[in-house]
Amino acid sequence: MLKHKNTLLVLAFTVAIFSCPFFLNPYWIDVINNIGLYAILALSLNFIVGYTGLFHMGHAAFFAVGAYTAAVLNTSYSIPILLLLPVSGAAAALFAYLVARPIIHLRGDYLLIVTIAIVEVVRIALVNNVFGLTGGSNGIFGISRPEFFGFSIRRPHEFFYYIWSFLAISVFLFHMLEKSRFVRALNYIKNDEVAAEGSGVDVAYYKLIAFVLGAFWAGMVGNIYASKMTLISPESFNFWESVILFVIVILGGSGSIRGVILGAFLIVGLPEIFRQFAGARMLIFGAAMVAMMVFRPQGFLPPVPRKYATHKIKPGDETL
Amino acid sequence: MEFFFEQLINGLAVGGIYALIALGYTMVYGVMRLINFAHGDLFTIGSYLGMTILATYAVTAYLGPFVGVLVLIVMVMALVGIIGVILERVAYRPVRQADRLSAVVSALGASIFFSNLVMLIWGPRFRVYPEDILPRITLNILGLDVPLLRILVLVTSLILMGILYFFVQKTRTGTAIRAVAIDHGAARLMGINVNRIISMVFLIGPALGGAAGVMVGLYYGQVNFTMGWSYGLKAFIAAVLGGIGNIPGAMLGGLLLGVIEAMGAAFISTAWKDGIAFIILILILIFRPTGLLGERVADKV
Repeated sequence: MLKHKNTLLVLAFTVAIFSCPFFLNPYWIDVINNIGLYAILALSLNFIVGYTGLFHMGHAAFFAVGAYTAAVLNTSYSIPILLLLPVSGAAAALFAYLVARPIIHLRGDYLLIVTIAIVEVVRIALVNNVFGLTGGSNGIFGISRPEFFGFSIRRPHEFFYYIWSFLAISVFLFHMLEKSRFVRALNYIKNDEVAAEGSGVDVAYYKLIAFVLGAFWAGMVGNIYASKMTLISPESFNFWESVILFVIVILGGSGSIRGVILGAFLIVGLPEIFRQFAGARMLIFGAAMVAMMVFRPQGFLPPVPRKYATHKIKPGDETL
Repeated sequence: MEFFFEQLINGLAVGGIYALIALGYTMVYGVMRLINFAHGDLFTIGSYLGMTILATYAVTAYLGPFVGVLVLIVMVMALVGIIGVILERVAYRPVRQADRLSAVVSALGASIFFSNLVMLIWGPRFRVYPEDILPRITLNILGLDVPLLRILVLVTSLILMGILYFFVQKTRTGTAIRAVAIDHGAARLMGINVNRIISMVFLIGPALGGAAGVMVGLYYGQVNFTMGWSYGLKAFIAAVLGGIGNIPGAMLGGLLLGVIEAMGAAFISTAWKDGIAFIILILILIFRPTGLLGERVADKV
């Protein structure tokens, strides 16, 4: 029964979202596009923060590496931006592997601080035009639009279908992964790292894979972002972007796909609705974060606890 | 060589300010295992409060520049300390029993709240501190020309650190603070009121941050609502460098970071000045996560 209700809800939400372009003006479609981008980014961060329980507040660094990879290769070698999608992801994943490897043993707060430092160092490196590739504080402009078989995506509602299809694919993949042995191991690490290690989960390895996978996805979003804006600059990848992503995951419900998407709607969407209170909205946002942690620290839609039908298991059955 | 010593004194003055802010981070971390992200913004509030009080010229008119500024610093310390105590009661005490993540997000929320509060009250643009409060003269010490203000900043921060060190090491309350930092439960069994000690820490830490805020205003002459972020992060790095939770460590880390930054900007590259601090942080955490003076703590299972 519950299962049918869930399917219906997901279906209704999907239909509602994909009918948006028919009755919203371009401004609001663009807002929805931004929500979509943040949702995908937050889902990729959810791998690290939500599933594995690592305090990672430097996700904007991976996003930046993906976006800059796409921008540099596209503007210098005019490689079609859509072909660069996996390249951006791979570059971000490689970067994540290199930076996460030496720090993966750090716990809790220490990891939080190092990841903040990483995102700041990346931003400072971009501003200082490292290797002469990143265009300094002005960034890179003239990035081309994505093209599907000769059809160029440029208007907000065209980007809407591009971004939200990508989001739908991501949700599907992550939902599938959630049931896997791999994500169960990550959840184990989140709940009790020592016990996980004791049960034969290679904690450092799994943490590293979580970082690499999350970064791969963030890098691909960087590519989409670059092609949507056609101009990127270091200020788009500062520490506050990381904080926003982190807050989306935590307030929405860390470890839950629905929660993260709801979080993206609340944190990116609500400030747009309350635009007329421009000055005070961030003040309220801060106060709301405190109130939320005091009254509902698990987030709006926390993940449903795993259930195992243990009574159906017969002796001698393969269980994992 | 002269240039080197000038940079050294400059670095020490800035480092003293970092150290004062770092003390707030390290004391709070010591007793609560919490990174108080709002600490940098309390520092900003101190800076703006100092500016507002100074702008009336009331304090310095009656008491003369030196005593006036001293009284001003004490006033700001009291005000920011009270804000710190309220912050702990509202945002941190209810989440103390919850997991660490909740406390971190609550602290981030408080930080966003305070920085936007400052922006709403005093406006988003740079504000200028009243000039000519302290005489702008340079002293000649051993053949070096050193601005008086620089020496005052350094001396004031050293005196404040000295008082704090004496307080924590020699008084009963200080002993209680050290006991709470080691073990809440055991401290409670010894008859220490843990809540009161935590409030005390949230009075002292932000008060020192507020003093640093006034000094930054006087030293650089202008303040902005976002400056709490950069100073806070630097001070935090200083606290980690010295060993977080360790009070002498924060003092050493602050002074050291100030000097390293000044030297880095002077001899390596100005553009990378801010990056140096972060790279030091990453290196410290990889190779010696407990900091310079921190003790190695065994894993709790």
